[in-house]
Amino acid sequence: MKVEQISIFIENKSGRLAEVTGVLGDNGINIRALSLADTSDFGILRLIVDDSEKALKVLREQQFTVSITHVIGVAVPDSPGGLTTILQILDKSGVNVEYMYAFVERSGDNAVIIFRFDDIDEAITALANNGINILPSERITSI
Amino acid sequence: MIWNDDFETLPREALKSLQLKRLQQTVEKVYAAVPFYRNCFDKSGIKPADIKSLDDLQRLPFTLKQDMRDSYPYGLFAVPLEQIVRIHASSGTTGKPTVVGYSRRDIDNWTELMARSFVAAGTNRGDIIHNAYGYGLFTGGLGAHYGAERVGASVIPMSGGNTKKQLMIMHDFGSTVLTCTPSYSLYLAEVAADEGIDIRQLKLKVGILGAEPWSENMRQEIENKLNIKAIDIYGLSEILGPGVGIECIEAQNGLHIWEDHFIPEIIDPETGEVLPDGEKGELVITTITKEGIPLIRYRTRDITRLIKEPCICGRTHARIERLSGRSDDMMIIRGVNVFPSQIESVLFNIEGVEPHYQLIIERDGNLDTLEIQVEVNEQTFSDEIKILQGLSNKIKKDIKDLLGVTCKVRLVEPKTIARSEGKARRVIDNRQKES
Ligand SMILES: [Zn+2]
Repeated sequence: MKVEQISIFIENKSGRLAEVTGVLGDNGINIRALSLADTSDFGILRLIVDDSEKALKVLREQQFTVSITHVIGVAVPDSPGGLTTILQILDKSGVNVEYMYAFVERSGDNAVIIFRFDDIDEAITALANNGINILPSERITSI
Repeated sequence: MIWNDDFETLPREALKSLQLKRLQQTVEKVYAAVPFYRNCFDKSGIKPADIKSLDDLQRLPFTLKQDMRDSYPYGLFAVPLEQIVRIHASSGTTGKPTVVGYSRRDIDNWTELMARSFVAAGTNRGDIIHNAYGYGLFTGGLGAHYGAERVGASVIPMSGGNTKKQLMIMHDFGSTVLTCTPSYSLYLAEVAADEGIDIRQLKLKVGILGAEPWSENMRQEIENKLNIKAIDIYGLSEILGPGVGIECIEAQNGLHIWEDHFIPEIIDPETGEVLPDGEKGELVITTITKEGIPLIRYRTRDITRLIKEPCICGRTHARIERLSGRSDDMMIIRGVNVFPSQIESVLFNIEGVEPHYQLIIERDGNLDTLEIQVEVNEQTFSDEIKILQGLSNKIKKDIKDLLGVTCKVRLVEPKTIARSEGKARRVIDNRQKES
């Protein structure tokens, strides 16, 4: 259920983002989901790709600072209140969301939300107990 | 091990009377042969015959680096050019370089002092010395080379640069001793790691590192990363080159200054007064055996203190404490004196932070701003913004607490700060010089 996410440290300089995507593209790695968090000086690029091990290797070779973190993906029905329900469940079980980002599945009507928690196992239990469908890792990396 | 027992362990009283005799000869000689010194002495109303004790040294005027520049190229030479067998020059960052000429005896003494230094650092015949100091006008390469040969070690005259080849040779030739700048030794370790070479497994056992100030923390880092003993060596091209002083491997605590060739003093850099024993100030050196360019009370700009307590190694020569910085490197930021080495030790004390940093000073209106660029590595990287911001806040706070300066911290990508193949360029001062 846990999905491997690659995080990359990048300075806020023009062209840096394109260098990352370029390195991945050159090595035949597909980006499935992407989010950029930034400050005035630097940013953290978070990616879900189809081959994270290879991505890690080629990025390190290009001297990027990278790390792997585990996140989960949840399909949220494209209807009012879909996200609120999930957040309430998490809130009640005392799990903190460090950050989240969303994208839309190619085929379906669902929005997929990627969550990073302070305690991922606790979050998975809470969501499963409340009938929320956590997407299998393969489903996300092969979107 | 001691290279020259007679001189290195000479009882202090005998050492002092030798110093006085040699000082008197030097003063006589420069007064007779160098118009610059004759003028200086005359202006101060001092004759060579007034130097009756070592305390009288204080009455003599200082020599500044600027005096050497003003005498470019040969104005301070005390012997005719026919007696000069080698000429070195230090890179002048601004204007003309400073030129130093060596007589045959100067080269011989330098070689002797480098031989003492190698042995003090625990190296000897049978060692393979990988000499990565630059050969050329810079004194490091040749100075180390001659000394190593005299000891009877095998010298590999690598010079600087071409780091991958250096590693290959170090590995294949079985180098046991590395001579280079401290920052280059770390660079070698870094390139080795990139190349998949385990530098800790090489035969290296000692690094004799100098030509730039470095901290105790950096020593730890080098010793861990390269699995060697890191020995601090001191020298100045104006005085000699490397080999003015060195740490002994027995104590690794302060650098013995070869007092049968040099007289060290510590002065207050503001007033020029000699400071009481043990106080920290600017190191001033008088050469007492040099023929080519003898220097009287040369102001080194290096900040340190003198340790006169006996050393466990048996050498009787006084030590200087590891340099806190060069007074030229001292930055004045909003009225606060800051040395790059102080910032370095703050960074070293933060878990995971590597010694790759650069300081950028700007002037914003009337206010100086200091920006510290620190490389993020996989140890300090987090995928959460708040943790990275926590890291820069911690650096900021520690600098403020320890040095009293407010700075901005910018986290940068690894290997964006230029690696030095020679001396590290730590400070970029973009403030306009006020005219
Ligand atoms: Zn000693």
